[in-house]
Amino acid sequence: MSSRGFGGRVGSVLRELLTYKSGILGIILLGFLVALSIYTVTTIPVDKAIMMWRSGESMWLDNPRVAPPEWIQFFVGKNLPKTMVFDSRKIGLNVAKSSAPVVGTNMKKVRIEFTFDYQYDDFPSELNMFFTSNFTREQGAPIVKIIWVKPNGERIDLGEFTVTGEKYNLYFVTEPITRALVSYVRQQYGVDPSDAITNMMFLFGKFTRESLKTGKMEVEKGTYRAIIDATLFGQESDIDCKMVVYGTVYGIAGTDHLRRPLEIALLWGAPVALAFGLTASLVTTFVGLIIATISGYYGGILDNIIQRVTEIYMVLPFLPFLILISVFYGINIWTLLAVVIVLSIFGPGIKSTRALVMQIKEYPYVEAAKVYGASNTRIIFLYIIPKILPPVIPGLISAVPGYVFLEAALAFLGLGDPSLPTWGKVINDAFEQGALYKGYFYWVLEPSAFLVLTGLAFALLGFALDRIVNPRLREM
Amino acid sequence: MIPLGFVKFVVKRFIVLYLTVVIAIYATILVANMGGKVDEIVIGDIRMSIAQMVNQNPQYKGLSGEERAKLIDQLVELEIKRRGLDTPFMIRSLVYLKDALTLDLGRALVLRSDSGSMYVKNIILERLPNTVMLFTTVTVINFFLHLFIGLYLSRHYGSPLDKITVALAPTSVIPGWFYGIFLILIFYSWLHVLPPGGLVDVPPPENPVDYALSVMKHMILPMLSWIISGFFLGVYGNRTFFLIFSTEDYVEAAKAKGLPPRVIETRYILRPTLPPIVTSFALSLIGSWGGAIITETVFEWPGLGLVTFNAISSFDTPVIVGITVIYAYLLMFTVLILDIIYGWLDPRIKVQFR
Repeated sequence: MSSRGFGGRVGSVLRELLTYKSGILGIILLGFLVALSIYTVTTIPVDKAIMMWRSGESMWLDNPRVAPPEWIQFFVGKNLPKTMVFDSRKIGLNVAKSSAPVVGTNMKKVRIEFTFDYQYDDFPSELNMFFTSNFTREQGAPIVKIIWVKPNGERIDLGEFTVTGEKYNLYFVTEPITRALVSYVRQQYGVDPSDAITNMMFLFGKFTRESLKTGKMEVEKGTYRAIIDATLFGQESDIDCKMVVYGTVYGIAGTDHLRRPLEIALLWGAPVALAFGLTASLVTTFVGLIIATISGYYGGILDNIIQRVTEIYMVLPFLPFLILISVFYGINIWTLLAVVIVLSIFGPGIKSTRALVMQIKEYPYVEAAKVYGASNTRIIFLYIIPKILPPVIPGLISAVPGYVFLEAALAFLGLGDPSLPTWGKVINDAFEQGALYKGYFYWVLEPSAFLVLTGLAFALLGFALDRIVNPRLREM
Repeated sequence: MIPLGFVKFVVKRFIVLYLTVVIAIYATILVANMGGKVDEIVIGDIRMSIAQMVNQNPQYKGLSGEERAKLIDQLVELEIKRRGLDTPFMIRSLVYLKDALTLDLGRALVLRSDSGSMYVKNIILERLPNTVMLFTTVTVINFFLHLFIGLYLSRHYGSPLDKITVALAPTSVIPGWFYGIFLILIFYSWLHVLPPGGLVDVPPPENPVDYALSVMKHMILPMLSWIISGFFLGVYGNRTFFLIFSTEDYVEAAKAKGLPPRVIETRYILRPTLPPIVTSFALSLIGSWGGAIITETVFEWPGLGLVTFNAISSFDTPVIVGITVIYAYLLMFTVLILDIIYGWLDPRIKVQFR
């Protein structure tokens, strides 16, 4: 078969593929995944993706923890809070900073004020302040006093804190802040607030005696102010504060338990899954094809050995073997791929292909080739394999999802590549963090949707190709 | 009267299959011991536990550090000799092979059965029924569902139902464990009607009837995940298979003779197609016992799959080898029995050996 004939045949198969709805759908899905992979690989280089995924929480400190994607609010029907970041080093409309020396002392007063409009229907998930300051130990650490001003003018004194290091983080879930909030409520409203009220509800809730008692509180919308009064020692010392009001939603894919944006893993999962599935399927199919052809063509002892090896492979427990090797050697995804290939080369497909080869080798044109002295290699690769290739292609395409899900399954068992972000790994993280029991459904559903899309794309294509290549199926 | 040729055929098949099993088990032993590396782990464990024992024993308190180290070394040597770990791995691996083939499965390194036994045999015997119960049920259900619905659709091919099945066949690329996650999400997290995993409620009900009901309740989701996953492709496969057979000449001839459709179905389509269908059933049954690792892990079903996974995670080589041996023997006997049935049924083989 000449190369042009083969190319022409590919063209006609593609044209025929477009007459099947499943074929069109498969091509569209696959095109989407390929485009996504190309986009990912060109915009986020591998090492950067791994770095972003492995660097841990410190890199993502400004992101909310386990936040669903932003589009979820269309289903909830509420305006859910997004994360707001204020930084005294970037003075703007919402941020003001002033400083003045205290005359006659070496002290200095710095006031940082954050003003913002809060119009969301739900409470923020967290609120943290990150202080950076330069001071010398001899002169003493800065002291900050925080006042929270609610839209109705209520001023809540949250207490004084000593900034003990150059970097000092103040998390608003801590005990002194709770105590300050509870004592404010006791003084102003004369009620013991319900235990169900979180610090975020105290800070952003609408206070009534009723809501404080029952713990069912609405959000108070309007303009909030956070006033930070810092006392510094030493004229050169300075202090800055970054305040993050964490939302409950984030970006297009949400975040995980380490505040990482899930889209990194979702995007990178695509090229990894495609490369893994396609390589595994291509290599096993072609090597299997060659082995089967050799077995069927030469016959005799070689055939016998190959057939026995195939039978041994059928007895080997594939998955336990794969798990064994990945546990013992803690391997990365490409070694895993190699192991998968080695374990599936002598598949059951060898038997059926061999039967086909035994028929073809009796064909007149193969006989003719032998007579004019063509070498065995030439006959195998130019006369027999091209002939049995078409019926194998649908199987090749249909086998891809199996390998994609295999990688996901291993990652799900915690045996995947530890560094690369993949869809299976996201599902594994979600499971380990109890996503199904705590209601973080987006965390499982997003990577699952990608896995299903990939699986369906190849399955649809494989089915359509099967009908084109095996005309007997067509009328059925 | 069994012809001699046929006996020869069976014996030859048996020998070939047995050799296959031997090689496969030996390969497992080599891999599961990491070519001898697991022994180093075992020796390390022995050293640690002996050192701990000596250091905590008041009897040896008077010994100097040097003497104590010497004592530990001696004890370790003895223990290594006692366990036979001083012979080279290649020789020992052959001993392991002999033990495995004679079903002398030995003791687990880490895992214990629920009753506290450390014999691999007891661990396997305790878990095997759970796996067999779950996956045999589901394979049988799948078999009949696919068979009858496939037969029905082959008779009504081109109908809307048939078209839907064909269109949905690609959904079967999604494996059972993956559907399992969604089933847990829907029926446990969202609707709160079914348990997410396990064998029975905790604590297990006293009354045997309640116990059985509880087990059945826990079986629903894992079974459903396998049924959903295999459904459309299984039905599609059977339907196409029957369609191909129903266009054979002898079926056409039977139709022309005016035989009722039911007779054509049972006598002319089902009977000649039954052997390959039964083969695939038998093999999928065996396959289901071996391939349940992920599903059992997702549903925490305490069967062989979960034990395999635990054994692998804790480097418990004897358990891994034991499970592989059982599996290989099961597969061997299934293939042998199928070979015998085929040899007996298939006129070509019969003639060959007569």
